[in-house]
Formats: sequence, C-alpha cells, structure tokens
Amino acid sequence: MSGQGKLELVCPAGTPAAFRAAIDAGAHTVYCGFNDETNARNFPGLNFSRAEMTESIKFAHRRGGKTLIAVNTFPRAGDLALWTNAVDDAARLGADAVILADIGLLDYASRRHPSLRLHLSVQAAAANADAIAFYARSFGVKRVVLPRVLTVQEIAAINRAIAVETEVFIFGGLCVMAEGRCSLSSYATGKSPNMNGACSPASHVDYHEEDGELVSRLGGFAIHRVAAGQAAPYPTLCKGCFQAGAYRGHVFEDPVSLDAASLIPQLAEAGVTALKIEGRQRSRAYTEAVVRSFRRALDAQAAGKPIPASELRGLTEGQQTTSGAYRKTWR
Amino acid sequence: MSIDRKIPRFPAAGAIALRFAPLVPVSLAGARLVKTLGRRHPGLFARLGEQAGKIFLIDPIDLPLVFRLAPRADGPRLEAFRRGSAGPWDARIGGPLAALLGMVHGVYDGDALFFSRDLVIEGDTGAVLALRNAIDNEEIDLAAEVAAQFGPLEFLASSPARHLAALVGGLSGVALTRAIREPAA
Amino acid sequence: MGQKTLTLTLGPLQFNWSAEVFADFYARVADEAPVDRVVIGESVCSKRTPFYRDQIPAAIERLKRGGKSVVLASLALVTLERERRAARDLFKQTEHEVEIDDLTLMNWTRPEIPFAIGPLVNVYNEATLAFLAKCGAQRFCLPPELPFASVEVLAAAAAKYGASVEVWAYGRMPLAVSGRCYHARAHGLSKDSCLFVCAQDPDGLAVRTLDGADFLAINGVQTLSHKYCNLIRDVDQLAQAGVTGLRLSPHSGDFVAVARAFAEVAAKRIAPDEGFALLRQAVPEADFSNGFLFGACGAAPLVSA
Repeated sequence: MSGQGKLELVCPAGTPAAFRAAIDAGAHTVYCGFNDETNARNFPGLNFSRAEMTESIKFAHRRGGKTLIAVNTFPRAGDLALWTNAVDDAARLGADAVILADIGLLDYASRRHPSLRLHLSVQAAAANADAIAFYARSFGVKRVVLPRVLTVQEIAAINRAIAVETEVFIFGGLCVMAEGRCSLSSYATGKSPNMNGACSPASHVDYHEEDGELVSRLGGFAIHRVAAGQAAPYPTLCKGCFQAGAYRGHVFEDPVSLDAASLIPQLAEAGVTALKIEGRQRSRAYTEAVVRSFRRALDAQAAGKPIPASELRGLTEGQQTTSGAYRKTWR
Repeated sequence: MSIDRKIPRFPAAGAIALRFAPLVPVSLAGARLVKTLGRRHPGLFARLGEQAGKIFLIDPIDLPLVFRLAPRADGPRLEAFRRGSAGPWDARIGGPLAALLGMVHGVYDGDALFFSRDLVIEGDTGAVLALRNAIDNEEIDLAAEVAAQFGPLEFLASSPARHLAALVGGLSGVALTRAIREPAA
Repeated sequence: MGQKTLTLTLGPLQFNWSAEVFADFYARVADEAPVDRVVIGESVCSKRTPFYRDQIPAAIERLKRGGKSVVLASLALVTLERERRAARDLFKQTEHEVEIDDLTLMNWTRPEIPFAIGPLVNVYNEATLAFLAKCGAQRFCLPPELPFASVEVLAAAAAKYGASVEVWAYGRMPLAVSGRCYHARAHGLSKDSCLFVCAQDPDGLAVRTLDGADFLAINGVQTLSHKYCNLIRDVDQLAQAGVTGLRLSPHSGDFVAVARAFAEVAAKRIAPDEGFALLRQAVPEADFSNGFLFGACGAAPLVSA
C-alpha cells in the first residue's frame, strides 16, 4: 500500500547534539534509543538519558519533526522490566512511535499502550508479506522496517500485498546477514546485537600495527590486515578478510557501505513510505552531512527533478559504496 | 562539512619551533583548558561513565609533543610531554592536529577519519569510543572555551580568543570558531 | 527411580547431501539411531529441495516404522513467492507436526493445531515464549546463543504452558542466514547460478582467519560455527533446569554412534565422561564447545560444569 506521496526521511541520532543536527539538516523523523541494553546501538558514551530524550522529543516537535524510540533488542529472560520500562517511558515522554523487534515486547506494548504507534524493527527480519501480516494482525504494527535481503522488485511485491507502511535503508552500514538472526558477534565475543545491543563490541576489539599492517582482532580472531594507505573498515565480523577453501578475501562482504541514493525513484515507485539512514554510532558531523544530502535528494524527487549525485563516499566504511541486495546481482 | 577534503598538516616550521618550546606553559594552558571544559560541560563526564577513569594519550603526529588526558570528573588533567616520555596509558588516539581538533570541534566524523586512516587508535577501543561520543555531544567551540577561561572578563577576552583561534585554526587548517546554526529551509 | 529421560531430536539436515546419501542417512537413523523425534526437510536453501524431494516420503515411512515421530522442517529465510506457497502448504497438511523456523509460518497457525518452534526463531524470554505457546507452540528448541541462565527461566516458563524446551546439544551451530550465498561467492559465482557448489562440503566449508585459526563454516546462505556444540557432559544440569529434549544436528561420519552416546548418557547407563570419549572417537576431528551456555562466548573452549 502507501503511495507515491512524499518520502519520509528517517535519520539516526546517537546523542542529543546529533539529534539537533539531524533536525536542523532537514530530517523529517529522528530515531534514537535509551542509554542501556534496550537498543541495538548500545555503545560506550552513546544514547539518551530520560531527561535528554524528553528535551529532544520537544525539540523535534517544535520543529515539526517526529521521534522514534528504538527498543529493539530482545529482552533477557527473567529481566523483562528494563525493556517494558523503556516502552512505558517512550509512551510517557511522547515518542511518535517505538521501534520493537521482540514478540513478547510487541505483545506487551500493544496491550499496555494501545494508542502508541508500533514500528517493527529490522531486527525482527520480517522479509515477506506473510510475516508482516502476522505482526500487523497480532500487534497492530503500523510500519515495518524491511530487512536488507530484498530486491526492489521484491519490496514492490510486498507493498502490493500488505496494508502497513514500509521503511527501507538508504544509506550507511550494511548488515550482510538477515538482521536479528545473527550470532556471529556472540560466537566470537559473547556479546550480541540481539541480547546486548552491540555487534562486534569495542571492548573486544584490538588494533595492532604488525609489519606495517593494521591488524584488527575481535575476541582474539584476526579479521583484518590492512596495508598502510588502504582504507580501514569497522572491525565487524561479516566484513572481515578470511580464507575459505581456495578463496582468500572478504568471504561475506567487502567493507562497503550502502548508498542507494540512485534508487530513490525506484523505491518510491515500489511504494515505500520512508527511507532510513543508518549511523546512530556516528558523529554529528556525519549526521549533518548525510541528512542534508538526502533531504536535498528527496526534495528533488518530490519536485520531479533528477537525484543529485552523491558526495558522501568519504564518510563510508572502506570508502566504497554498494546498493546491496536491492540489486539482484548482489546475492 | 567538507567530506573529501584532505586533512591539512601542521606546518613543518611550526613543528620545529615547538620542538624547542618549553612544555610547562603548554601543560598549564592544557590544564586550564580542561578545567574550563569540565566546568562548562559536566555532561561530558556523565556520558563517559566508567571510562572517565582511563588515561588517554592524545598524539598529534605532526607535532613533536603528545598530551596525556585524564578526564576525571573530580579534576580533569591534560599534560604535555615529549613523544615517548608520557608514561603508561589505556588508549592512544593519533592523527594530524587538524584531525584531532576538527573532531573535537565537530567538523570531522571520527569514524570517517578512521576509515581513511587519518586517525589511528590503539589500546582500549571502548574508552576511545566513549570519549569521542562524549565530546561530540558537547558541541565544543574551542574559541569559546579559551575565552571562557577568563571568567567574568570573558567579554573582554572573547574577541582576542577568536583571533587566537583563527590563528591556530589557520595554522592547523581547521576553523575553530563556530558559525551560528542555520535552521534548515 | 530416575528422572524422566530426555527426548532426543534429530534436527533437520543443514547440508546439501546427494539424494543417495540423504536416503541412506535417514534409513540408518530409522533403523539404528536411538532418537525419538526426527525433523526432516530443507531449512537452509529452497534451491536444494528438488534434488532429494522424492526421497522424503520413503524416508518418513521408514522413520515411522522405526518408531520415530516425524516433524516437518521449514525454511529459515522465506523471501520468494514459491517459498511462501511452500510455507503455507506445510501448514495445510495436518498429518505431521511442523517446526517453524521463520515467523512467516505464524501467519498460518491456529491454536488448535500444535506446532514446534525451531532454534532460528528469536525466543529470548518468557513473554515471547508465552505468546507463541498461546498460538499453539508446544515445543521450543531454543536459539543456540542463549546462556544457561536464560535456558533455566525459559524451561520453567514453558512448563507453565504445558510446553517443552529443547536445546541444541550437538553439531555445528547455525550463526547467521543471509540473502547472499557465500558458497557461490567463494567460488566466484552468484546465488542464481550457483552450480550447487555447496554439495562439495558435507559439513560446510571451513572459514579460517588470516592467522590460520579455525573460525567458521559456510553452508550456502548459512554461516555456522567451526566448533561443534557438545553438551554431553552437561546433560544432568540441563535436565535439572527443566530441559526435556536435546537436539542433535546431522553431520557426516558415524552419526548413529553420536546418537547412541547421547542416549546412553541421557538414560544414565554410562557416565558423561564415558559418553564424551565415545563422541571423541566417533568424530575425532571435531572441535567441541559448550561456550554459549557456560563459557565467555560461543567459541570458548569446553567448560566443565
């Protein structure tokens, strides 16, 4: 469903300063999380206290912007209160929606806060119309963030078959695996995106110069050797360099970032409601530059003009970009 | 922010001059700066959390000196040392002075500097992330911080501080005074 | 007296074995392996199904004759139209229990038709377990990354709903699933023209770090651990926590010996260390771990309880 209306630009904020930078740069909507394990970017020094969240939501509302609060990790057994409190607080502070992934938490939120708008996190990995129908029927989910395993054609087919909005990633870090269904990080470090909100956590990363190369290790496993002068990637497992049979290299994915700016017209045509920028862990300089660039692109799209060429490569991992699964050849 | 801009290097002549400069005044200035920063930005320490107890080696690779930063809430310290004599540290952040200042000032993205290898980190990666994120949130305007050291006489110092910042900015290649925020159209 | 013996479940075959090897494997399991339940069918890649689909009815017949209860596996990542149809058809048949490995199938469940939840569905807490139990889930194989503390809570919660909890007890652990085929990529091919190269590696293709350390194994769109989960010495502790089933995941080699070792330990006919020695003998090259449950991480060396 949804239509060919104006696309909504959904932007990341890891700090109140980045939040303000996003709104100032033209974000329609900002997503962020509380400073604990309840959200999938639980990094040191990042995220919002309750007071900061209150202020930020007010700031956005004064400027006509919306705030989505991500509570998108999977609550720990026997320890649900941390997560249900986050949902309660999001509702109390006036969040425009919460982004949830866990079935138990969705069930709680839909019963306890019937008027709170629920978005399904990409961490729920609802990759087809039937899975989406289950979440819409069971919990009244209004929007689904689609996993990064689909082509534009598949997204269009999903939109024809469902009655809720879809949001897709347009720029930033690229999960190679179906999100929310990956334990690579906890296999190497004991910390996982699903349980702790951190993939390849900094606390388990070690950088070392060896023989003129930058070697990064995660949980003791060497995942990169980068020669001087070559672009360095994040120390995430799925972008690592390995040996598999006769193949030596990036077995899963090159250290590239997603940039689907050139696909904005096709995504609009495919019926998506909102475009999402990844990067709550990035600085406000990143937020400002990326949001401004994409707002310009969306304004051009809305005015029927061509999308301006992207100038964001310098901000991307490996300094290279890909349009990922949106094009079938990626698979 | 300009994205593909090459990070400028501190002029070699200036670096040579600094090699023979006495460290005490630099350390004193550093101590004053972090004290002011701490007073004006208490949120910095809340955001650092337990990482505030760590020792950071700030290493501007185009200068002949390094800085040892201990961002403790009860008395933050920043001291200058000759390279190689700063003692033990938990995390090292190295890069051209312009990259380091630009990151503090919010004109450069730390991750992008890391991807492009302009920024090198060693040791406790979690501590570095916390420091970067905490500083990023404070929207620090270094010129204003220098001016603020003059306390009630800030208004007298404000203009010279901006001139000084412009001079350092000119040398390092990064603007250290901030334009007033312009709302989006 | 003794506590109730743990149920042994043979999980779905994760790898792309030839039709003959597939048929032989299930025939041998039916006749010789002391397992109670067998989950059969494709969970990794729908492109593999045509090769062995014809073998499945005979395998099911033989398993039933061998006294096993048969459960149908479902696909872990459903994106294509034909995969959606296949998922719906799985639930239209009512002869066999179905194991849900992707929530797509939740769109077709009815509370009066019992089903099982597989290890690839994110059941991390009692609230999620309760919701699914009310939808008709009677058995949960928990995600392999859960720590023991979570398993305890979930086993207690399941008991309240008359449901049972099983843990991944043996075999390479599924760590991730993707839209992209890594086997194809490692051979310079794409998913759409993969030439089924995954068939070359009956236990997955080893992924080593550039330091030469064993790390992962790829299996088409799936990524597995290098290490084999092995909970044979933890069976008592699991039973005390209320776990009622152990999942053994198929690998090449003498799998009947693996199942026998677990069955003997579960029935307390031999000591856990004896069972461990039998496994060591059956799969001498496997690297074992119980790190997700008891260690610092999934790749951690075996921790003794």
